[in-house]
Amino acid sequence: MSWFGGALADVAVGGAQIAAVIVGGPLLIGVMRKVRARLEGRAGSKIHQPWLDLRKLFTKQRMRPEHSSWVFGVGPVVLVASALVIAAVFPLATVRPPLGQSADFFVVVFVFLLGSVALALAALDTGTPFGGMGSSRSMTIGALAEPALLVAILAMSIPAHTSNLPALVRIGLFHPEMIASPERLFALGAFVIVILAESGRIPVDNPSTHLELTMIHEAMVLEYAGPDLGLIVLGESMRLVLLLGLLVNLFVPWGVAERPGALSILIGIAAISAKVLAIGIAIAIFEVFSAKLRFFRLPELLAGGFILALFGAVTALAVR
Amino acid sequence: MSDPVFVSTLELSAGLVLLCAVVTLWRRSLSAIVKALAVQGIALGAVALILGLRHHDGILVAVALLVVVAKGFVIPALLGRVVAGDPTSREASPLVNVPASLVGAGALTFLAYGATGPVVALVPTTAGRLIPLGFATLLVGFFAMAVRRKSVSQIVGLLLVDNGIALVAFLATAGVPLVVELGASLDVLLLVVVLRVLAAQIGTRFGALDLDQLRELHD
Repeated sequence: MSWFGGALADVAVGGAQIAAVIVGGPLLIGVMRKVRARLEGRAGSKIHQPWLDLRKLFTKQRMRPEHSSWVFGVGPVVLVASALVIAAVFPLATVRPPLGQSADFFVVVFVFLLGSVALALAALDTGTPFGGMGSSRSMTIGALAEPALLVAILAMSIPAHTSNLPALVRIGLFHPEMIASPERLFALGAFVIVILAESGRIPVDNPSTHLELTMIHEAMVLEYAGPDLGLIVLGESMRLVLLLGLLVNLFVPWGVAERPGALSILIGIAAISAKVLAIGIAIAIFEVFSAKLRFFRLPELLAGGFILALFGAVTALAVR
Repeated sequence: MSDPVFVSTLELSAGLVLLCAVVTLWRRSLSAIVKALAVQGIALGAVALILGLRHHDGILVAVALLVVVAKGFVIPALLGRVVAGDPTSREASPLVNVPASLVGAGALTFLAYGATGPVVALVPTTAGRLIPLGFATLLVGFFAMAVRRKSVSQIVGLLLVDNGIALVAFLATAGVPLVVELGASLDVLLLVVVLRVLAAQIGTRFGALDLDQLRELHD
């Protein structure tokens, strides 16, 4: 019976985290657009506008290009499914998420990448030049960001003696001095660069452009319409929330629930929402004041991220 | 100063010195490179200050203030004037491109850790463990001098070497005597003044500070 109760609690916690990520993702996008609009002197649309857009997309008829295969339909589903899995096992609101024992950092990263690869393959599937161009660019950035991310994880795992995500968050919670250690700060720099690259924000990609010379993510989803596009928009916003949630919980873990219980989970969700909202607004402000980098300058930025991660790992290995 | 605070602030300042050295390889704009050098000078001063406070060494604190003034403000200000006078103040085409030189800096850091192993074993203190950071700064400085073309970037490379040596000295011996530090700092200051005058002369004679072009004029 106690096993059953534990499983039920796990389902409740996982469900709460998934619900928070699903509801919060489009709202975060709405807030970021609003902040950008206000700073650029425009009124901007409502904060819940992304949700209204999603409702519109999901009520539309399903339309797929004539010669596309099953890969085209699977891409958005895998994107959302991978985000849902991560949302359930991530230590977002609590340090004891369901399946927390197997929420290894490397596993989570590769599940996350599964969504990116599925989308890139789906974009190639239709055979249009834009889709292929977007996939190629997206994979180039991914291939450059990946080593930086993995080495940054290494830098954080060595002093903690574990790469288990909930354990890493817990260590930050109980030993605040570890957060200010140089290897974590180096890793933080690398994480920020990788997250900007993976979530397609300025200076790597401009999420609001449809200019064929510069678009990366938008080029990949150009062929999508209706519910498929709705899934992609929802999946992308969830991924942004997850990446930012990971960042804040690794480096500002306070507010995460340590104990089981409905109240502490609610407090945890409120804390993570506030933290993600704050960093989202900060990114939106940064985007207003900076320009997108030329595509050929991106390796410099990502190499910078890699070197930061490398310094973190070297410091962790040699100084400890 | 309590133990964990001492350790983490010392590690942070020493790490910042190396990070600034890498930023000079990362950025192309000369004014950003000079700013990184200024931050590095202040971080170097912070290392000396933390060690001085830890060991209750008044002379080391005085040296720290001297380092901050000289390397954090005076020398960067002098270089900043050269940059402001140079119309094309960008490192447009270094001999090794930026991603490759960053990877090179990473390799040099590994080399520094490997090469200073015996030295670290000799100095079994918290500061001693950080000696490789100073050595890596030195190597990155040499690298910057080798692959950069603008005279300002090469001066910055020289100053990185100097800062790296100073960092190793602070960490290994808890500070050199004030007279030696004073002499070294004045030496470097004089060097920068001479190089600045030289750069200004080159600028007025030839209109650019790209050293490769100067070599072509001789041919």
